[in-house]
Amino acid sequence: MKTIRTLAATTAICAAGAAHAVDLEVTHWWTSGGEAAAVAQFAKAFNEKTEHNWVDGAIAGGGGTARPIMISRILGGDPMDATQLNHGRQAEELIEAGLMLDLTDVAEAEGWKDIVNPSSLLDSCTVDGRIYCAPVNIHSWQWIWLSHKAYEDAGVDVPSNWDEFVASAPALEEAGKIPLAMGQQPWQSSGAFGVMAIAIAGQDAWSAVNIDKNADVAGGPEYAKVFEAAANARAFAAKSNVQDWNQATNLVITGQAGAQIMGDWAQGEFQVAGQVAGEDYTCLPGLGVNEIISTGGDAFYFPKQDDPEVEAAQKELAALLLSPEVQVDFNLAKGSLPIRGDVDLAAANDCMKKGLEILASGAILPDGNQTLSPDTSGQIEDLMVEFWNDPSYSAADAQARYAEIIADAD
Amino acid sequence: MAEATKRPNSLTRNLTAKIASLPMIATALVIFIGCTLWTIYHSFTRSRLLPAPDKWVGLDQYERLWNTRRWLVSIENLAIYGICSLILSLVIGFTLAALLDQKIRGENVFRTIFLYPFALSFIVTGLAWQWILNPQFGIQEVVRRWGLESFTFDPLNNADIAIYGILIAGIWQGSGFIMVIMLAGLRGIDEEIWKAARVDGIPTWKTYVFIIIPMMRPVFVTALVLIASGIIKVYDLVVAQTSGGPGIATEVPAKYVIEKMFLSQNLGQGFAASTMMLLSVLVVLIPWAYLEFGGKRRG
Repeated sequence: MKTIRTLAATTAICAAGAAHAVDLEVTHWWTSGGEAAAVAQFAKAFNEKTEHNWVDGAIAGGGGTARPIMISRILGGDPMDATQLNHGRQAEELIEAGLMLDLTDVAEAEGWKDIVNPSSLLDSCTVDGRIYCAPVNIHSWQWIWLSHKAYEDAGVDVPSNWDEFVASAPALEEAGKIPLAMGQQPWQSSGAFGVMAIAIAGQDAWSAVNIDKNADVAGGPEYAKVFEAAANARAFAAKSNVQDWNQATNLVITGQAGAQIMGDWAQGEFQVAGQVAGEDYTCLPGLGVNEIISTGGDAFYFPKQDDPEVEAAQKELAALLLSPEVQVDFNLAKGSLPIRGDVDLAAANDCMKKGLEILASGAILPDGNQTLSPDTSGQIEDLMVEFWNDPSYSAADAQARYAEIIADAD
Repeated sequence: MAEATKRPNSLTRNLTAKIASLPMIATALVIFIGCTLWTIYHSFTRSRLLPAPDKWVGLDQYERLWNTRRWLVSIENLAIYGICSLILSLVIGFTLAALLDQKIRGENVFRTIFLYPFALSFIVTGLAWQWILNPQFGIQEVVRRWGLESFTFDPLNNADIAIYGILIAGIWQGSGFIMVIMLAGLRGIDEEIWKAARVDGIPTWKTYVFIIIPMMRPVFVTALVLIASGIIKVYDLVVAQTSGGPGIATEVPAKYVIEKMFLSQNLGQGFAASTMMLLSVLVVLIPWAYLEFGGKRRG
């Protein structure tokens, strides 16, 4: 039987070149332990459930390193078959230039409009009524991860919000711990600042700055408090000289550092290390102050290819990424929230359940990537990475520069 | 009249050679000059991810560029890295070459050892030196284990001196190559010159400084051009070693250009920065070319 099938398949290929296995090159920047485990779920599903092959094109070094490579490849006429990007405006111009595959027919056939929740994720994929990307997960930045071991060693209780954390920092330092772990990549500095802005300045001020681009609010008293808090946090993180975010997470896992402000993708690292939420570590959404999460995340884009067979395979992959089973496997490994509300995440741990509850309650905001252009985000990252690493850069100076950037934002 | 026909036309002289160099001439005109002009033109536009020749904004991109701290830091770093790397590469390269030229035993072994780093890419060099300079497992930790508990050497974590950490790696990688070029130059010096100097009783170091080095001028010019082009385009070393950190302490112009173009999706800003890089090369190159080639014609 098998021989016959193989024979038939071979004949088919020879005869007409009818639908045969296509190698799809997929690029992404998921290289840390938890991330690699998650993306392996995609590869496995794609290889098993379709006749095509997943060719992994992981690019190490995080989005900041990977995106220039991806975009220059697409622009340079050597596009991959599918690529990860963040929801939002990163692919805006590529779509407008007609370099991305239109997925509207897949979306209609699969009923994405009804299943994707929150709908803003699909809106981010939509240009002029056509859908160009497949959202795969929701990631929120607004989390602080606390190490129980570090607090035990220092002899203080694990804090339950940002103010308690600030109060506990001296005790941690005395015990030889780094109060706040912080990697030195620009997006980490910028992201942590964003988290503090929502928690400390509040949702209205954050929206005024990030959505309405109001420079007066960016230079105003609410944001002054945020910059003061960031200057404090900078002192807590002074001894943390790691580069990558997962190295910083590792400091928390091993109890060398008290806490890390990082998105929920850190969850995957705790999972790989075999730690249990609530026992080994605590997660506080919105820094324990303001329980709101932003709904950024990752989406797959499919650069246009000439070959209709490749195009068919691309569409198959797009449909597969959003299928319930794949969504569950992938998001459990990654620690992110699924983009459809109708799947069962009973296996999720405490932190993910907290996230799901907040998502269900509707306390959500768009992600910075959805509201700011890559150019503005880049300028903010440049400012933040300098501010976080240079203790002589005063909060007031940084705020003035921040207000300038927001005034020029588009 | 008869004389004029006898004199070969300057256009048809060496015709085959000229035809042979046509592809290169075309490449130079179209790729180098043409694309440079295209880039400069677009630096005056508000091009985002795709070139937008119709969105003219004048000098806006340049104004923003020179108001950006990161760009100013990049320029400063390039100056520090460039001057130090130029001087040290030449001095170390020449000294090593002169020492190897003493007809020592095992010259091949030493030459191979010194040249070996050049076989590594800047990425490998950068990563290797990132580990060597890492305070947790590198030089600092080794010396501390020997008993010097207070020994501190972590240039990559100190924003004030981080660029020198990059410099060390750059010199380590490149000076072997300069050494080989210098050695070739030294081997080209006629043995008679050395004999004459010895007969006159001139000390060896004086012979090197006042006779050999001036004779090696073309070799030095070659080395200089190679080093300088390496300095301007330094990018991968920084990306591998520090990614521009801590903070923005080791940013360099080439990295600014790449990131503005493809990460921030702002071609106009990236083009403005690369035009400034071109300008800085020209500022160095034109006076030198004038002295080098203009002087000869006059002489």
